Amino acid sequence: MRRVGAPRSCRDVGQDTMAATFFGEVVRTPCRAGTEDQEEEEEGRRETAEDREVRRQLSRKREVRLFRRQTKTSLEVSLLEKYPCSKFIIAIGNNAVAFLSSFVMNSGVWEEVGCAKLWNEWCRTTDTTHLSPAEAFCVFYHLKSNPSVLLCQCSCYVAEDQQYQWLEKVFGSCARKNMQVTVLTCRHVTDYKTSESTSSLHSPFLKALKTQNFKEPPCCPLLEQPNIVHDLPAAVLSYCQVWKIPAVLYLCYTDVMKLDLITVEAFKPILSSRSLKGLVKNIPQSTEILKKLMTTNEIQSNIYT
Amino acid sequence: MFVPCGESVPDLAGYTFLMPAVSVGNVGQLAMDLIISTLNMCKIGYFYTDCLVPMVGNNPYATAEENSTELSINAEIYSLPSKKLVALQLRSIFIKYKSKPFCEKLLSWVKSSNCAKVIVLSSSHSYHRNDLQLRSTPFRYLLTPFVQKSVQTKIMSLNWEEMEKSPCIPEIDDSEFCIRIPGGGITKTLYDEGCSKEIPVVVLLKFVSEGDNIPDALGLVEYLNEWLQIIKPCVSFTTL
Repeated sequence: MRRVGAPRSCRDVGQDTMAATFFGEVVRTPCRAGTEDQEEEEEGRRETAEDREVRRQLSRKREVRLFRRQTKTSLEVSLLEKYPCSKFIIAIGNNAVAFLSSFVMNSGVWEEVGCAKLWNEWCRTTDTTHLSPAEAFCVFYHLKSNPSVLLCQCSCYVAEDQQYQWLEKVFGSCARKNMQVTVLTCRHVTDYKTSESTSSLHSPFLKALKTQNFKEPPCCPLLEQPNIVHDLPAAVLSYCQVWKIPAVLYLCYTDVMKLDLITVEAFKPILSSRSLKGLVKNIPQSTEILKKLMTTNEIQSNIYT
Repeated sequence: MFVPCGESVPDLAGYTFLMPAVSVGNVGQLAMDLIISTLNMCKIGYFYTDCLVPMVGNNPYATAEENSTELSINAEIYSLPSKKLVALQLRSIFIKYKSKPFCEKLLSWVKSSNCAKVIVLSSSHSYHRNDLQLRSTPFRYLLTPFVQKSVQTKIMSLNWEEMEKSPCIPEIDDSEFCIRIPGGGITKTLYDEGCSKEIPVVVLLKFVSEGDNIPDALGLVEYLNEWLQIIKPCVSFTTL
């Protein structure tokens, strides 16, 4: 039985149950075209007032909320309306977050301006006013010396029914001009489609996707057809393409999705881009910080202690 | 909502609006890809919505290095002014409970743009066919009551098979009959919305099974072309 509100799709984390739960079970394969509309219609007809209330409550629970942890107040307007920016750098996923932490955030003084609180099956943060560093989070910072530079560290999964809300709460509904957006994220190398032999692929490797208004050359080759991008990075890039905002997505294909030094270092070519130039001061020091970050995490993930 | 690529909103009055349903075998979407690339239709805008799962990729219709780097998103609108055709391509699935709101918003926009008619390219599960359907052509059409008389007459002259009604609740013997399109995604919703909002909607679908559905898409486009005569039909290999 499908849970009300639970998006139905396959992911690396929280795989949709397509496998049989016991030997001999016959599992119905879903239609390639996604959710059967007829099933939804029939569910709608069978829905009672109690079901509708459950759905409403679940929908409220899944709402994306932006607030300031320092003052414990919600943001009344979208983040970019409150903090207009010329440069917005967004890291999605733990490796991209580690890259920005080590190379960008340690090269300047950054002040937290907001935090996104959300709940879904993969990101079960309950009391996000007291986030511990090990928990998944989505935090926004601006550079104290130049407040028009904004940074987002997003290590929580934003589900497909929450992505549009996230965009509205962060970007707002009005198009922001005079702004450039850079998104960093990782995908597993098994998602990469190519006609070349896979033995010639040396992961991790970087690929880029850019909007029409992004005029500078990207720091790596563009992502070739038929490869596509989903989830929050795709939502951000779609928004920027539609509203004509210059934006670039740097996508690192890796075979190690957990925090990994080699994967994080694969983002290094981006340091020479216009978005990050001027924000990165001491690369050798940043590399040391990154190594320390890896060691800390390795100790935490030791299953024998 | 529709967001144009350029500065101004194009005038779509009198245009035929072609769109796919995200349905079994993705036949409608494959057919739209075929139409858009064959006719070299030009992208005129986006249908920016919270109803579809976001996705981006580079231009799937690239013909050269220069146009291979244009970004494509999940819902884009293309046009061919010489044939007064406008096409919507959908590239991802609907978010749960958002398919009906999408159909309502889309058809409302199409109506306010004064398009002449909407053509939905779709498919339905072939295993749901009854005995009669198994023995006949796999193509079907459906018209809402507000389709222009000239279109109705033309379609009748083609001797096409109209989509049959089937029991609303198959398990019950004396169930009422209604239009059911299993595997058709939003097809039925679009048809119902067209009926209730007085919009001329023509559904063209094929009974298919999932697999390599490219031949099904080719067949569906040929079926459409039989009516609209967009391009001269090629001589089929069987006649050679």
